[in-house]
Amino acid sequence: MAYGIALHVWGEYALFTRPETKSERMSYEVITPSAARGILEAIHWKPAIRWFIDKLHILNPVCFDSIRRNELACKGSAQNALQAMKKSGPLHIAVEDVRQQRAALVLRRVAYVIEAHFELTDKAGPDDNEGKHLDIFNRRARTGQCFHRPCLGCREFPAHFSLLEGSLPPSQLADDAPRDLGWMLYDLDFAHNMQPIFYRPRLAGGVIDVADCLRRSGEARP
Amino acid sequence: MSALANRYEFVLLFDVENGNPNGDPDAGNLPRIDPETGCGLVTDVCLKRKIRNYVGLAKNGEEGFNIYIQEKAVLNQRHEQAYKACALEPDKNGKRLPKKAEDAARVTAWMCANFYDVRAFGAVMSTEINCGQVRGPVQLAFARSVEPIVPQEVSITRMAVTNEKDLEKERTMGRKAIVPYGLYRAEGYISAPFAEKTGFDENDLELLWEALRTMFEHDHSAARGKMSSRKLFVFKHANRLGNTPAHALFERVTVTRKGSGTVAGPARAFSDYDVQVRRDGLESVEILEKL
Repeated sequence: MAYGIALHVWGEYALFTRPETKSERMSYEVITPSAARGILEAIHWKPAIRWFIDKLHILNPVCFDSIRRNELACKGSAQNALQAMKKSGPLHIAVEDVRQQRAALVLRRVAYVIEAHFELTDKAGPDDNEGKHLDIFNRRARTGQCFHRPCLGCREFPAHFSLLEGSLPPSQLADDAPRDLGWMLYDLDFAHNMQPIFYRPRLAGGVIDVADCLRRSGEARP
Repeated sequence: MSALANRYEFVLLFDVENGNPNGDPDAGNLPRIDPETGCGLVTDVCLKRKIRNYVGLAKNGEEGFNIYIQEKAVLNQRHEQAYKACALEPDKNGKRLPKKAEDAARVTAWMCANFYDVRAFGAVMSTEINCGQVRGPVQLAFARSVEPIVPQEVSITRMAVTNEKDLEKERTMGRKAIVPYGLYRAEGYISAPFAEKTGFDENDLELLWEALRTMFEHDHSAARGKMSSRKLFVFKHANRLGNTPAHALFERVTVTRKGSGTVAGPARAFSDYDVQVRRDGLESVEILEKL
């Protein structure tokens, strides 16, 4: 853990969609390690490194809100685009024809501390060393730099962040009884055809020890 | 033109008078409200819709400024014609497509080059390969009213009926929900590295500011009432990755009630508010007032 970082992130809304309720999206109660990794990667990432989430600190009480929106029922068709590209022809999606109203059960006023570290991958070249990437990440997080704006699950819910260099902010869940959060998505295994990996986090004193919970649940794959 | 070299954030203040800025399909089309605070909400997608509509109108199908996600059949027809007139450029790059991945990447690039909304907001195209998905540089969050709003339901009558069997009723009643007044604040982000990927350039950026300034002028309807953009603050970072945290910049724009503490009563006009922007102690970030 010599190369660990701690990042404070917060936002007004968050939506960490449960894969089993993805049409009418329903959020997990807390951030997934996969979403946390995405936030770190929005600040700094290179193929030479891979982020691992160690601990997630949940600072605010879990609170839900419902939002229903008009959405598209389809994705763009690459086939149609290809045809329009080669020949002529109109290309558009008319929203009225393919409309769906979908509700989303989102989280309100979330704040987390992400504790993570990275390891060098086999793509690391001779110029890559831990110190360099750690410096880059810390420098960016400290000055608010990011490759793109990190988000809390969906892009319409942007995340604010600051590098945590002092003590941990107090968690409002610190005195709660330990709780089993059930099976949650841990991350997608991109090396194996994007297979999802699940784990069973335990929230104790406002903290999820991700690494430990993953070890205990034995990387469940469907 | 080349892609953006700077990161941006922006704050747009817009208001509504006797209208419904964004109906909630879960609440019988009443204005959206944050149940915890009573503040009004306007979703990101609602604003993006208006930006698309504005660009569609302003550019009128000009090459490179088509709109992929369209509203209303009338618009469609106009665009079809424009499309035929302008977008018929023969494909210049290469002869045959050797590989599927390359193929998909080219389709994506072509989509970005032709469609303003794909370039700005991104799009998902259903290919098995991941490069069919584009994340655009422009990212918007929910807009929120500065103070709690109190929606009002207005009953209206129509002196006609739809069905013949209702003829003896002579008239039908309807309802519309309005916000007497609400000043909303929207916050947005523009990522320079994503702009590089989609080819969103300075020209496109100017068009975005123009759209944010004037989009409500072309979106009048019975439901909307009087909506207008009031202020547009743009934070331009010197660095492409940014120089200052976004939240610290957003906090510099404060909106307060004029004479608060002395005058009571609900706000009914933009002049009831005082908008301030703190410019002190800011290095490497330029604050531009685009409206």
